Amino acid sequence: MEKKKTLKKERIPMREQDPQERKSNFDEVACGYNLEEGMAEADRCLECKKQPCVAGCPVEVDIPGFIKRVKEGDLRAAIMAIKDKNDLPAICGRVCPQEDQCEKFCTLGKKGSPVAIGRLERLAADAEVAMGELSLPEIAPPTGKKVVVIGSGPASLTCAGDLARLGHEVTILEALHAPGGVLVYGIPEFRLPKAIVNREVEYVTRLGVKIQYDQVVGRTVRLQDLLANGYDAGFIGIGAGLPWFMDIPGENLNGVYSANEYLTRSNLMKAYLFPEYDTPLKRGQRVAVVGGGNVALDSARTALRLGAEEVFLVYRRSRDEMPARAEEIHHAVEEGVQFKFLTLPTIIEGKDGMVTGMECLRMELGEPDESGRRRPVPVEHSEFKIACDLVVMAIGTSANPLLTCTMPELKLNRRGYIEVDEVGETSIPGIYAGGDIVTGSATVIEAMGAGKKAARAIHRRLAGEDKEL
Amino acid sequence: MSYPIIFKEQMSEQVFALRVRAPQIAAGALPGQFAILRINEGGERFPLTLADWSAGEGWIFLVFQVVGKSTFTLSKLQVGDELKDVVGPLGLPSEIEKYGRVLCVGGGVGIAALYPIARALKATGNRVDSIIGARSQELLILEKEMEDVSTSLAIMTDDGSKGAKGLVTWALEEELKGEGADLVLAIGPAIMMKFASAVTAPFKVPTRVSLNSIMLDGTGMCGTCRVEVCGKTRFACVEGPEFDGNEVDWNLLLNRLGQYKQEEAVSYEQARSGCCRE
Repeated sequence: MEKKKTLKKERIPMREQDPQERKSNFDEVACGYNLEEGMAEADRCLECKKQPCVAGCPVEVDIPGFIKRVKEGDLRAAIMAIKDKNDLPAICGRVCPQEDQCEKFCTLGKKGSPVAIGRLERLAADAEVAMGELSLPEIAPPTGKKVVVIGSGPASLTCAGDLARLGHEVTILEALHAPGGVLVYGIPEFRLPKAIVNREVEYVTRLGVKIQYDQVVGRTVRLQDLLANGYDAGFIGIGAGLPWFMDIPGENLNGVYSANEYLTRSNLMKAYLFPEYDTPLKRGQRVAVVGGGNVALDSARTALRLGAEEVFLVYRRSRDEMPARAEEIHHAVEEGVQFKFLTLPTIIEGKDGMVTGMECLRMELGEPDESGRRRPVPVEHSEFKIACDLVVMAIGTSANPLLTCTMPELKLNRRGYIEVDEVGETSIPGIYAGGDIVTGSATVIEAMGAGKKAARAIHRRLAGEDKEL
Repeated sequence: MSYPIIFKEQMSEQVFALRVRAPQIAAGALPGQFAILRINEGGERFPLTLADWSAGEGWIFLVFQVVGKSTFTLSKLQVGDELKDVVGPLGLPSEIEKYGRVLCVGGGVGIAALYPIARALKATGNRVDSIIGARSQELLILEKEMEDVSTSLAIMTDDGSKGAKGLVTWALEEELKGEGADLVLAIGPAIMMKFASAVTAPFKVPTRVSLNSIMLDGTGMCGTCRVEVCGKTRFACVEGPEFDGNEVDWNLLLNRLGQYKQEEAVSYEQARSGCCRE
């Protein structure tokens, strides 16, 4: 077709709230493309025959197909093309690390910046809402088979949605009082507005999925009992769960939070609106967040918005090793988060039971460790202090045994995560698992990919087909 | 899911009891477990120990003292009103075995948490001797129920208006000096459990307490309930709520319980002045 057109090397920039303004509100940072900007960006797509971008998408969205529709200005057709594979496009368009997935493989990336696939996905998803009623895909006639899905995070929502479309009766059991899992308790409003999560969850329920809240599987009900009483298959998508602490003195002082707690209070319980909402949250003036991932950055940026004068991100390696998304690091820097690299807290100090500071060691990078990143090694006699009145530990999570310990026959790995085969089935026939409870902390889209894969396998099982492809 | 209140009783000026329809929780509940409540849309999540339940009739029984906004709001609800969320049964159940002579020590609303455990211990063939206490006669709850599950029941009040004048820990010490015990179970305000543990320590009697930490999700996800037991950080919501009282760092627990004192005062004041939602 138009093979001869000139390469547009740079992507159309996305409008954002001004950093000085946004650091004191919880409104979304990125404003999204308008139709004109979206069409211009879509026009950069080369429509490569090989479609390398699709191979980079864990849920196999027809990326060139939807971009072509955006290019033509037909956003309704664009969203239909996306939703053929992805039930949560407004979420993925915002929180997927596209730079490591679809956009990483974009041919344009070799000569300039790749097509802004995530931004275009977001544009299409948001446009559909603006148009009113969300259109539903075709739903297969009822199969009479019942599936229980545990948890309502990205893995579970994807698995449930896919199975509902295939005609199965799906019930999600959620432990908390709201749906979305990490999308609602973990990711802050300024990065992923809760109205958007609710909208996508509503879409999944319109596919026929039922959601029951206050269901702590392992305590309220047991999965074995559900399977013995009418459910034909189960999917476990309960997330990783238990927050890690550093096991250093002073960690249980008032004013020390796990990132899970800090973010859950702010996001799920809306403590940032206290006392309009009942849940309180300490508002520090000088907040130290320990960690280098997206969760650490979310915590740091939340602290700024809660009125902190200074927020420090304390990380034991250097910027190059940070697992956080480049875009989020950039946003945090713009907003004034101060990075303390190569710094390891050793003691949390307090007075009258409340945090007053941290004693730290300087680190230097040594030989690469098993993760391939250079191992941080303490520099002798390099102790120094950071004065702070709040500490947030964002150093990761481990597998929550609450459900798995009630199922001794469920095979776990050494670290307590559930073992699954290549299609997502656990050691118990008919029970599948996916997301962070299988892989450990990973991304929303990887969890969705696992949910999709398991849905396919569950469907084959229920349809009486062979497990092999 | 909805959780209607089907019975309400005011036990004393500040202590209320509710029977709430929650068939799933009632079906699985065991002594020592708790539920997490969220009263309304903007409400916080907070734990209450299950004081009783009926699997057959599908209800749980909750006893609470008005100490802040949530308990104040809860006390204003009437039969027919619904709670937004009730999650449970949570926490590890109390270990119920045949120990011999068990001293059950309860203070204030802690008596409600103690009752189902004492009942189960009695049913398992233990000799249960109980000591319950409150500031005054008016504040003493579940006296009859505790009497029913105890071989003997001693009552202590701070002002001597009922039973003997003094603290439950005094009576506990007398019992340990006298006949002794194979197990002490002490449930009440943290400060009472701290001193009860201090009393039992020299007698080397295993002493179980039920910790009332601040909680949020109740599934181990947030760590707000963390306590130090034997110098190790433990999560009361999933590893407790019962621990050995002589291994608990009480000052840390008391400090953590006071973490939101200021905020709680703001909320409570707002609720009492009537500007809160429903």
